[in-house]
Amino acid sequence: MAHPLEKYLRAGKLPHIWCAGCGHGIVTQAILRAVDELQLDTEKTVVVSGIGCSSRAPGYLHFDTLHTTHGRAIPFATGIKMANPELRVIVVTGDGDAAAIGGNHLIHAARRNIDLTVICFNNTIYGMTSGQYSPVTPGGSFASTAPYGMVEPSFDLCTLVAGAGGTFVARGTTYHARPLTNIIKEAIKHEGFSFVEALSQCPTYYGRRNKLRAPLDMLYWYRDHAVGVSQWEKLTDDEKAGKFPIGVLKKVEHAPEFSRVYSELIARARERSEA
Amino acid sequence: MAEASWEVAINSKWCKKCGLCVAFCPKKVLGEEMGAPKVLNESLCIGCLLCEMHCPDFAIAVKRRDSK
Ligand SMILES: Cc1ncc(C[n+]2csc(CCOP(=O)(O)OP(=O)(O)O)c2C)c(N)n1
Ligand code: SF4
Ligand code: SF4
Repeated sequence: MAHPLEKYLRAGKLPHIWCAGCGHGIVTQAILRAVDELQLDTEKTVVVSGIGCSSRAPGYLHFDTLHTTHGRAIPFATGIKMANPELRVIVVTGDGDAAAIGGNHLIHAARRNIDLTVICFNNTIYGMTSGQYSPVTPGGSFASTAPYGMVEPSFDLCTLVAGAGGTFVARGTTYHARPLTNIIKEAIKHEGFSFVEALSQCPTYYGRRNKLRAPLDMLYWYRDHAVGVSQWEKLTDDEKAGKFPIGVLKKVEHAPEFSRVYSELIARARERSEA
Repeated sequence: MAEASWEVAINSKWCKKCGLCVAFCPKKVLGEEMGAPKVLNESLCIGCLLCEMHCPDFAIAVKRRDSK
């Protein structure tokens, strides 16, 4: 029996390189299920990534895909969208790729409200290079470059992107695979910059160092610390401590979208030069 | 209406034996045998797809039996 999403996979490339129990496969599947349920035209859907374990995902996907350089998925995706605004462009990125080396691109794409869907596979670590801390590694947790525990404050990626002007911001986890799929569907449908932070376990380089050795330990950690956004709003500050909200955190409709605004500008400039 | 019946299949070529499918199944359809997941009680499957959606390796699929 073939997998129901197999038509979206380059099946000959599987099994993939990810470690046993790595969350990246769960997020990848959520993206494909979203694409399937939305009945997207795969001929008009492009998936772009940077570098990292997460950024390997497009290599397994049967779409037009682009595996670019570290931190630069969003600039490449911006070029694609601006050259052909008819395309739907999905960016697959890691927390290091998106928020460390690529952090500047992330905030400016959000500010422009360009119609990209950015799915950040957030394992709070640099997985591919064996576990250095990233700008979102939680305070106190251990990484190869934080052997005594992370002392820097971390970014809240959703707050960062919302503050920079992104018009759709949401968070999910691999424990909540069905809700994550629904969030990704909504993000894809949104016209404007949409950002999904998908918490994804790296049992190999995060879990092992942080007493969450088994993939399941990390999934249960998500279960025990995530709070649905409607519930979250009712909590006191004390109750919120140590927890985080999941669901759609920001959604602004009908804000001017960059590729559209730019096309209109081109039309106006042409009119003027022809007059 | 007849009870729906579900087919559960594991692709051992892609499976990395992480055990997530076994842990997520609410009906004990799946179990572990020599470290690998195995379909033990297919008739108990309720088609929730929790195993399928949590498999990081696209290695387990659930399908309604009579559907084409
Ligand atoms: C310009 C450049 N700097 C550094 C690297 C090395 N490098 C490869 S992947 C990576 C980090 C990946 O972490 P993340 O984006 O969080 O993805 P993950 O592997 O955790 O999924 C780094 C620093 C590189 N490939 N290119
Ligand atoms: S190192 Fe971590 S992120 Fe990379 S494949 Fe392994 S578990 Fe996944
Ligand atoms: S979740 Fe997938 S990879 Fe993990 S044991 Fe089950 S079938 Fe194998």
